[in-house]
Amino acid sequence: MTDIEAIGHQLADLVKRYSADYIEARLEQSQKSSITYRGRELESIGQTTAIGGNIRALLRGGWGFVSFNNLEGLPDKVELAVKQAKLVGREESKLAPVEPIVDTISTPHNPTTKSLAEKKQLLDEYNEIIWRTPKLQTSVIAYSDSHKRVIFLSSAGSYIVQERSDINLRLSAVAAEDGEVQQAGLSVGSAGDFKAISSLHQPVAEMARHAVELLSAPQVKGGEYTVVLDPVLAGVFAHEAFGHLSESDLVYENERLRQIMVLGKQFGSKELNIIDSAAVPGLRGSYKYDDEGVPATKTYLIREGKLVGRLHSRETAARMMEKPTGNARAINYRYPPIVRMTNTYIEPGEASFDDIIADIKEGVYAKNWFGGTTAMEMFTFSAGEAYMIRNGKVAEALRPVVLSGNVFTTLNNIDAIGNDLEMNQGGGCGKGMQMPLPVSNGSPHIRILKCLVGGR
Amino acid sequence: MEDILAQAKRVAEEAEVFMVSSEETPVQFEANRLKRIQGKQSTNVALRIIREGRIGYASTTDLGDTLRLVNSAAETAQFGIQARFKLPQKTTYPQIDVFDPDTESIPIEKMIELGEGLIALITRHTPDIICEAMVSKDIISLRLMNSGGGEASYRKSIFSLSMWGSLIRGTDMLFVGESQSSCHPLTTPHEVAEVVIQQLELAKNRASVPSGHLPVVFTPRGVVSAIIPSLMMAFNGKIVLQGASPIGNKLGEQVFDQKLSLWDDPTIAYRPTSRPCDDEGVPSQRTPLIEGGAVASFLYDLQTAALAHTRSTGNGNRSGGLPTPSPTTLTIAPGKTTFDEMVGDIKEGLVIEQLMGAEQGNILGGDFSGNVLLGFKIESGKIVGRVKDTMVSGNVYQVLKEVAAIGSKPEWVGGFILTPPIYCSRLSVASK
Repeated sequence: MTDIEAIGHQLADLVKRYSADYIEARLEQSQKSSITYRGRELESIGQTTAIGGNIRALLRGGWGFVSFNNLEGLPDKVELAVKQAKLVGREESKLAPVEPIVDTISTPHNPTTKSLAEKKQLLDEYNEIIWRTPKLQTSVIAYSDSHKRVIFLSSAGSYIVQERSDINLRLSAVAAEDGEVQQAGLSVGSAGDFKAISSLHQPVAEMARHAVELLSAPQVKGGEYTVVLDPVLAGVFAHEAFGHLSESDLVYENERLRQIMVLGKQFGSKELNIIDSAAVPGLRGSYKYDDEGVPATKTYLIREGKLVGRLHSRETAARMMEKPTGNARAINYRYPPIVRMTNTYIEPGEASFDDIIADIKEGVYAKNWFGGTTAMEMFTFSAGEAYMIRNGKVAEALRPVVLSGNVFTTLNNIDAIGNDLEMNQGGGCGKGMQMPLPVSNGSPHIRILKCLVGGR
Repeated sequence: MEDILAQAKRVAEEAEVFMVSSEETPVQFEANRLKRIQGKQSTNVALRIIREGRIGYASTTDLGDTLRLVNSAAETAQFGIQARFKLPQKTTYPQIDVFDPDTESIPIEKMIELGEGLIALITRHTPDIICEAMVSKDIISLRLMNSGGGEASYRKSIFSLSMWGSLIRGTDMLFVGESQSSCHPLTTPHEVAEVVIQQLELAKNRASVPSGHLPVVFTPRGVVSAIIPSLMMAFNGKIVLQGASPIGNKLGEQVFDQKLSLWDDPTIAYRPTSRPCDDEGVPSQRTPLIEGGAVASFLYDLQTAALAHTRSTGNGNRSGGLPTPSPTTLTIAPGKTTFDEMVGDIKEGLVIEQLMGAEQGNILGGDFSGNVLLGFKIESGKIVGRVKDTMVSGNVYQVLKEVAAIGSKPEWVGGFILTPPIYCSRLSVASK
């Protein structure tokens, strides 16, 4: 096995010798394993190892970036990155200052060292439970885990060795009857702790039952409703609808968007607080330093309904004259770091779930995550489960619903926030071809007035 | 590769080594300016073995550590599924041109010029638009060899030009964009610019639609965002085998409108998704999927085909794991109606260019439901303006059972599918 530590020290010396405004490098060594089931059978099982690195150079505001698996000929690679930066650079380089850091961070979990037999045993149990449900057509279980060791070093003298682990498990059940096909899913994960995914027998059984239930469920009539989101879906809303707008790389060179996203602007009620924090330990989006070597922080994006912060890389922070937040992340060594979320959540309020639905005559209770995308002001997200709310009670199950709206009006239309914060560790986030990045999001139950629900 | 194969043969009955190397050069523009140039070198070796009848798999980017690769594959084979197929033997492949030396030799300066030229054309039309653009070339070398003597290798060049523009006025935001790619280098930015400028022109005025059922014309880009994801799952041999495809047991049956024909064809020269053979060494072929509205066949790789008692269609694709059936270069046959005739036929309806989130619903069942990211209102046969806060939902099988018309002018979308516009007479629309 190649020793990236030795190469790291060589590179640390090398990057100081070139004339650029700033040079940094990352070296990465990773192991992954994955197991998937389709239907009753195991479909594939595999193990992957990777080694690689990159060099990023900044010169007169322009970036060059070179990535590689082949760790030979490093001086040529540094030279190429500098040459590319020179072709791009036409202004002054700006980077928010950070202290050089030398540190080593290890993770308590390495799921890739657990035996394949043990992983398979657990997944067999879940598959068994799924297939005890009648009317099932097929099912999918996709498990993956990873462990990586990353060396970050810069011409300013930083040298950080950081380990990270991740586990991601998606399950879905597909039911069919008379040409109708319906599915239900479950998505969970952890920062490498296998225990976090090893006692899901109950939720897995419920998921399979729900897929079958949907076969006889009606489709909601399209239109505007009062909608209650469960913690999972509200977390997706916080991430998709609002979180992406807080990523400064979208904002800093866009004068009009800067005017919309002016700090201090009121976006919601006094009860609304939205936070992004990689500094909370133990979640899938947690870390000590980001991929530019900046320490993680807890950032209030919305406090008491007002826009008070946003997420930054060193460059966006400098250009907007704000403080860096440590949110520059890269999915792996093949990509430069870009501004990303980490653990994003709505802070809990006072209301119980019963309070929230009590005075709804006709509404929709949307639960569970299926997916979500956003295009600035517009978002759509889909619920894996949905029910009508009638006269203050959760009523009949509905086919999965897609919710859509304008983020500015929707935030303003949140009129109740529950007291039951939960963090969802499933899924992953995609941006600029870099996906899935481990993140988590969360919320208590929330209520949104006048939300557009798609139906037939 | 020969070494890995030799080592693998010592622990397994059959073995296959698959190696991809790529040199990619993306030139990126942000906020109307050149921002970043990248150079990405990567090599990945994947080993698939059959040991005691079971499939094992491992991959690595560390070419110095082949013993670990072989051991790792052997370990996974203990739990792997039963192999039902034989690896292909030595064969001859069709000559499919997917490499253009002009793409390889195009200098970075020329790529910068192309991106700057594109942004200049767009900002000349709409000065306050903010554009992101990417000009990229990718040179890929692919090689595979197996213990049965099968061997294949080819080189591919991919050149692409993409841009996304956002226009923000107050809290109103408009998104436009287009992406084209080919094995040939693009020499001018005009084609991409033309699509985007057309989008900007049509979006100048605003219009609103009522909730209810309306006729809808999907542009080629609209077809790809709303309809294709469901169809691609339905024609995937693996999903058919599981019984989860709504058309899986309808081979030969008239499920779609008879005007509709769709095929998968990786033998079309110089398309980024074309190739002489698939990632398992099976020769490329044209596979009809829908012929005159009837389900004609499904897409298979070796293992899925063996389980379904049929032959691989050469659609074994790898994206970082074991091969799995997936489409290559798709074509929807053109019809007889022009786009203008479709619009002219509608009293009140919609043109959909981009549907956001359409793939989030129950796509297995054919449902699509999404926000109209870019779409236009038709009034009395004319496009009158852009619609916002509007959702469209439908089911692919209901919508395509009877289509009002199929367009006469197909366009390549994203480099991998050639499709005309499709006109549907009735779709559910919800709006604010």
